Amino acid sequence: MSRLTQVEERPQMNITRRDALAIGAGGIAALAFAPAAFGATADEAIAAFTGGATPGEGGIDIKAPEIAENGNVVPIEVNAPGAEEILVLAPANPSAEIFSVKFGPAAGAQRFSTRARLAKTQDVTAIARMADGSFVMAKRTVKVTVGGCGG
Amino acid sequence: MNFRARTAAGLAVAALLAIAGAARAESNVDPNPGVELVINGDTPITVRAKAPDYLEGHLDNIYSGWLYRIESTRAMEADDFENPAITFVEEGIDAWNTVEGTEGKSCASCHGDISEGMKGVRARMPAVNENGELWSLEDYINNCRVNRMGAEPYKWDKGPMKNMTAAISMQSRGMPMNVAVDGPAAPFWERGRDMYYTRYGLLQLSCASCHEKNNNNYIRGDHLSQGQIVGFPTYRLKKGGLVSIHNRLKGCIRDTRAETFPIGSQELRELELYVASRGNGLSVEGVAVRP
Amino acid sequence: MAAPKPRVKVPKSAAAGEPFTIKTLINHPMESGQRKDKQGNVIPQKIINRFTCDFNGTNVVDMTLHGAISTNPYIEFDAKIDAAGEFTFNWYDDDGSVYTAKKSIALA
Repeated sequence: MSRLTQVEERPQMNITRRDALAIGAGGIAALAFAPAAFGATADEAIAAFTGGATPGEGGIDIKAPEIAENGNVVPIEVNAPGAEEILVLAPANPSAEIFSVKFGPAAGAQRFSTRARLAKTQDVTAIARMADGSFVMAKRTVKVTVGGCGG
Repeated sequence: MNFRARTAAGLAVAALLAIAGAARAESNVDPNPGVELVINGDTPITVRAKAPDYLEGHLDNIYSGWLYRIESTRAMEADDFENPAITFVEEGIDAWNTVEGTEGKSCASCHGDISEGMKGVRARMPAVNENGELWSLEDYINNCRVNRMGAEPYKWDKGPMKNMTAAISMQSRGMPMNVAVDGPAAPFWERGRDMYYTRYGLLQLSCASCHEKNNNNYIRGDHLSQGQIVGFPTYRLKKGGLVSIHNRLKGCIRDTRAETFPIGSQELRELELYVASRGNGLSVEGVAVRP
Repeated sequence: MAAPKPRVKVPKSAAAGEPFTIKTLINHPMESGQRKDKQGNVIPQKIINRFTCDFNGTNVVDMTLHGAISTNPYIEFDAKIDAAGEFTFNWYDDDGSVYTAKKSIALA
């Protein structure tokens, strides 16, 4: 993984920020998360979801690529058998909440899959409220690479 | 090229690749041996093939850009339901069947059902027309619109045109790319080839610097491919929409920090022909999904 | 972008009580409210904020979406049935629009 650790060390080049954006063709990635942060932080969202209860471990897992090719479209799947509701967060996004889902009586499993935007490398976090009112939590690191030209 | 320019160019490439920092991977080897693309479980796609003869000394084998992508991106292209480009294909097919212009015609009025009338067309594009001009698919579409339908031409890089080229490309899915490189196409192809090996921009990079000499290496976070265009127009995750061939070529040249050529220019048509010919033998993918 | 057009993939039939997968896709920009235009003004949020799937009036899933869901939202989940019937899918837009799709399924 030396490649990735070094990706974060940007070279010192005499280019302006504007050039950097243009070169990276990273328009979207850069624009998509302009610093005007609003919305709940992860801690706030978790507290609101759990009512302050401390989540346990196990019984919930997150599937996501270890390295996302583009932070704009990262497949994320959560699976928490027996859950009534799952909250999924991107703590390092300007607004942490990605989605939450409640499972009704006609659900065939407590599994849910979608695609999300991740602003940077971070631990995607999922918390499930189980039928007995307890909570379980899982985290999974997704590395978002600095690219832009698309290969 | 004089010695200084050569050194500067070498440094620029070295600097870019050094950013990735990994041990240099071997170029022009299969990035994902054994991985096969079958779309919807029933349409096999040739994603690796022996390089055409005219690439002798440059490439032995050619590989679709699909092979360079991570598993989750590859999976999106393997199922039309998960491929976000299909919505645009459907819009293109709707437009195909819609009467427009002063002549009261749709595309279908002359060409019939798109699945019959356009089968194999994308695999031959760009191609020299009856007047000896090299035309991209976009030129043929607009020729029909203006001269047969009496409709407004589509803008080359806007939604309606990309939807139409996507819909037409879909009709050649799985067919081998097979653009003509000889006969009347030869002079265009040769100019395109010269352009491919010309270093552009402050970074002094040619197409070959990345896509021939360094495919399978990383440039920043990007896994460099051979730069094949058999999957175009392609759905780019970064843009959340379709990207045309010329937009891609222009973007690559811009990324060398050069003044680039306009979309729809003769230069990009010729480069398109040459780059397309480097994929002769790979399948047209219809609409690919790329980061 | 054209008007959102929902697409759903549901098996033609399923055995009673056996879970099966449903896939949905809708074209929508999911404007996050985090982007700025060229003049530096924040582009207001316009997203699908809720998605629901019901079978014969019984809920399957009820999802709340935020600005971090990607353009053209793709959603996949599992359902089970104990009778033939109809799935109803609703996508709720910030602008008040609701996009609906329906799909019938038989009991195998």
